[in-house]
Amino acid sequence: MTIEPGLVIDVADLRKRYGRVQALAGLSMTVRPGEIFGFLGPNGAGKTTAVKLLLGLARPTAGRGTVLGQPLGDREARRRIGYLPELFRFQPWLRAREVLNLHADLIGMPQAGRARAFDGVLDLVGLSERGDTSVGGFSKGMQQRLGIGVALVGDPALVILDEPTSALDPIGRMDVRGILRTARDRGAAVLLNSHLLTEVEQVCDRLAIVDKGAVIAEGSLAEVLGAHETRIRVEGLEPEGMALLDRFGPTRFDGRDLFIKDLPAADVPDVVAALVASGVRVHEVASGRESLEARFLELVRGNRPESVA
Amino acid sequence: MIAIARLTIGEAARRRILWVLVLLAILAVALTGWGIDRLVSFARASGTSELTIQLGVSQILIFIAFQFSFVLAMTAAFLGAPAIANDIESGIALALLARPIRRSSYLLGRWLGLAVVLVVYGAGSALMAILVVSRVSGYTPPSIIGPLIYLATEGLVVLSLSLLLSTRLPPIGAGAISVVVYGLSWASGAIERVGIAITANNPGVNLEIVGQVGRAILPTDGLWRGVIYGLEPGIVVAAAAGNPLAEANPFFAATPPTLGFLIWTVVWMILVMSLAAYSLRRREL
Repeated sequence: MTIEPGLVIDVADLRKRYGRVQALAGLSMTVRPGEIFGFLGPNGAGKTTAVKLLLGLARPTAGRGTVLGQPLGDREARRRIGYLPELFRFQPWLRAREVLNLHADLIGMPQAGRARAFDGVLDLVGLSERGDTSVGGFSKGMQQRLGIGVALVGDPALVILDEPTSALDPIGRMDVRGILRTARDRGAAVLLNSHLLTEVEQVCDRLAIVDKGAVIAEGSLAEVLGAHETRIRVEGLEPEGMALLDRFGPTRFDGRDLFIKDLPAADVPDVVAALVASGVRVHEVASGRESLEARFLELVRGNRPESVA
Repeated sequence: MIAIARLTIGEAARRRILWVLVLLAILAVALTGWGIDRLVSFARASGTSELTIQLGVSQILIFIAFQFSFVLAMTAAFLGAPAIANDIESGIALALLARPIRRSSYLLGRWLGLAVVLVVYGAGSALMAILVVSRVSGYTPPSIIGPLIYLATEGLVVLSLSLLLSTRLPPIGAGAISVVVYGLSWASGAIERVGIAITANNPGVNLEIVGQVGRAILPTDGLWRGVIYGLEPGIVVAAAAGNPLAEANPFFAATPPTLGFLIWTVVWMILVMSLAAYSLRRREL
């Protein structure tokens, strides 16, 4: 594979084995500048392992890649990466502002302008009143907000957030979406590692779905979701009655809703007419894409032959 | 590295444990001063010769130093043992080491910060004890700086070992092993002393090798003999020279540590810290 220039993250066939466990089995993906990239997958899919390899916290067993144009784990590249680990705790005896200062020291941020930068970051993550409070007294949600703030110190070119909203309430989650968009507007690329589908659906420009250590789908939301699906809520539809719909395209029926893939808008009235003519009562028709959840489950189940019923 | 060292010192200063140790040290020195004051007054009142009193006080001082060197070794072990292991366990290491910092710099920063804390605490407490004893009894050891340096270096040796273990073991394991190895080093020195006494009459027996091996594995016992040598009055050294039975006493040193041994101590620390850096670099977080 040739490394495409200008990509923020570009990895090919990354493999990682921990003893007998194959955590990554040939992961390939690309993240472009200025995009929020969702990294989705069930628990244990290898998302956190992938992030650790990108940061040089663990070494790949095989495969290669670049982050910000440098080899994985490169020290100079890490100067321009902000990272929020999944499981972490800050030094409980430090104040929030001191945590930010420590990380500013570690990336060699100039002293001048630090105070203002910290004010901006604390304000962005909603902790402007807590800058001088000891982190030890922070709730989990506040720790997570501070963690996001730490990842944003020094205006990094790449922000990697590993499950940033796991401890946040719905308001906090909405705040995080705003923070991610702000970071993107400043020109940063964001890698959002999450298993929260709605979060990814609402904020990400592109996404990859990972399962069993490899990417099983990658692209924009529309590309990953693929087919349009028309949902019709019906009453009185017998399974044998489905046959009359065959000419409209692939259908499925979950007992309450009838789904038809790639149904042209012009055919919708014909479908309704056919249903009504056969004695079915139609309550609601909605045209749209499959939800990310449905697509996710479809992809992951399809990737696991043993669970296909 | 400096940022990590500063962080480490700040951590120690804001945690209660260090202040408890300082308070205990002050209390121990005050009680010791009071006890020696009473003892010396009593001895003088009962007509004991000044020379005997000085000898007695020097022995008490060495015994206090022995206990304190053990406290210092424990302190070093329990400062060093969690230093890396806790950071890895809590995820703090993930956030720190994802930054553009070498793992070896992080490790050295930890060592440097803890070394400053340990040396200030160890040398400070020991100096306080020597000065208080000197004031109440009139006995001032022939060397003050020497014992302080040896004592502090003992702490640094144990600190280095516990940091090495901390890169791979949980805090309790790393601390316990450090203390046990420290104890074994002292015991091997004591066996060697006995060996010298036995060899005087049985040329076939050679136990000195035990002490030599012990000192090579962990140089604390050799440093401890440097502490003794600096604290004992010159007259004791002169009187006991060449007397094998006197040399069997684990609280007596006929000679200061050799230059070769001191060089080995420095080399030992560099080796152990290099090994620690290698071990941390290979560790997957």
